[in-house]
Amino acid sequence: MSGNLLRVQPIRNGTVIDHIEAGRGRKILDILELGNSGTTISLLINVQSKKQKRKDIIKVEDRELDENEIEKLALLSPNARVNIIRNYAVADKKKVEIPKFISDIVECPNENCICNNERGATSNFRLIDEEKIQIQCTYCGRKIEEESINFL
Amino acid sequence: MKHIVSIDDLDKKSIMGILKRAKELLPVAKGKKKSKILDGKILATCFFEPSTRTRLSFESAMNRLGGSCIGFADPSATSHLKGETLSDAIQMVAGYSDAVVLRHPREGSAKLASEVSDVPIINGGDGAGQHPTQTLLDLFTIKDELGKLEGLKVGMLGDLRYGRTVHSLSKALDRFKTKFFFISPESLAMPEHITDELEGKWSTHENLSDILGELDVLYVTRIQKERFPDLEDYKKVAGAYKIDKEVLRNAKTKLKILHPLPRVNEISTDVDDTKHAAYFRQAFNGVPVRMALLEKLIGGKK
Repeated sequence: MSGNLLRVQPIRNGTVIDHIEAGRGRKILDILELGNSGTTISLLINVQSKKQKRKDIIKVEDRELDENEIEKLALLSPNARVNIIRNYAVADKKKVEIPKFISDIVECPNENCICNNERGATSNFRLIDEEKIQIQCTYCGRKIEEESINFL
Repeated sequence: MKHIVSIDDLDKKSIMGILKRAKELLPVAKGKKKSKILDGKILATCFFEPSTRTRLSFESAMNRLGGSCIGFADPSATSHLKGETLSDAIQMVAGYSDAVVLRHPREGSAKLASEVSDVPIINGGDGAGQHPTQTLLDLFTIKDELGKLEGLKVGMLGDLRYGRTVHSLSKALDRFKTKFFFISPESLAMPEHITDELEGKWSTHENLSDILGELDVLYVTRIQKERFPDLEDYKKVAGAYKIDKEVLRNAKTKLKILHPLPRVNEISTDVDDTKHAAYFRQAFNGVPVRMALLEKLIGGKK
């Protein structure tokens, strides 16, 4: 572990997303648009871990992830862990859990779904299979799985 | 308050209750007996897409029960084109009526409407999505024609891939230990997301003649020209799945043929006067079934 710490310095304030499924880190950076936030971001890919064989880690300085971002993260890497860092110490551990209802963060792939065609309508999905990360649009009933989930 | 967005909104007991009540209401549906069950009630029929059968049978049902109807059959006559959202339109219409029948070209529109409406929403068809009252009248017809719903052998023929009626009907019939025979060209086969959820037995066939003799019910759907890029392919498929007297020679005497109508030429008119033809009675059955549903949703206490 200390070897990893040497590679990237501890952050003073911000968020550490740990135990990201190896290879998913870059996608998470993309989808959460962390790169646009103007703060310093470190991405570690294929880090040796005890729990999983390999994992990715993201460190975001001076920014704490909000609930909405954590929900997205849950759909991308449900085993990830989020630590909020204040003054070099872990101030809060956020549970990463796929919510039963996912509102306004996933795009319905059905172009003819009312949620894609009505001004002011929000997309709504219900979680139907936690293991496969399978969700279903509450309007048109379309089911999508992990790989084909597109975020709004 | 209950909305009817999908056939899944009704459990087996409620379905059986509606079918039973529809049977009792047959004389009223035929105009032989008068009823005031829904006296003073108003049904709004909002058709953002044309559908003669669904709209007229709802209006007939409402009128036969002593209620009245308001609504539109053509969205061009509404504020829809001025950019009014469905949510706004529904909240307005809900203020003028006791229940709303909604027909809309987008999937999920009835669900969205049910989230903003103060009165029951009945889905009269949402795009390629759900059309629960069609399923109810199909179930009613099968029960009425064969005397039961349990344990029947049901063939579904034609466009099983895009046909929403056969999707909902197979889900609904699956609660009654049905054995399914899906007959279609491979390109129009029943989608996996439907067959995956069936608990009962089912099999797929390219030729009707292989299994026709086993069937109690044959549900025929329209094969649409638009599904085929090549007109020749369409003609070949449409010809191969056409039902006429000759084809039916090997059928059980009590086989009943259903079709959601309108038909183009999937069923030859020479079948109409055989004992097999149930499709015109099926179309009529939309009235008593919708009467029973309206009474359940907005009728007072009996």
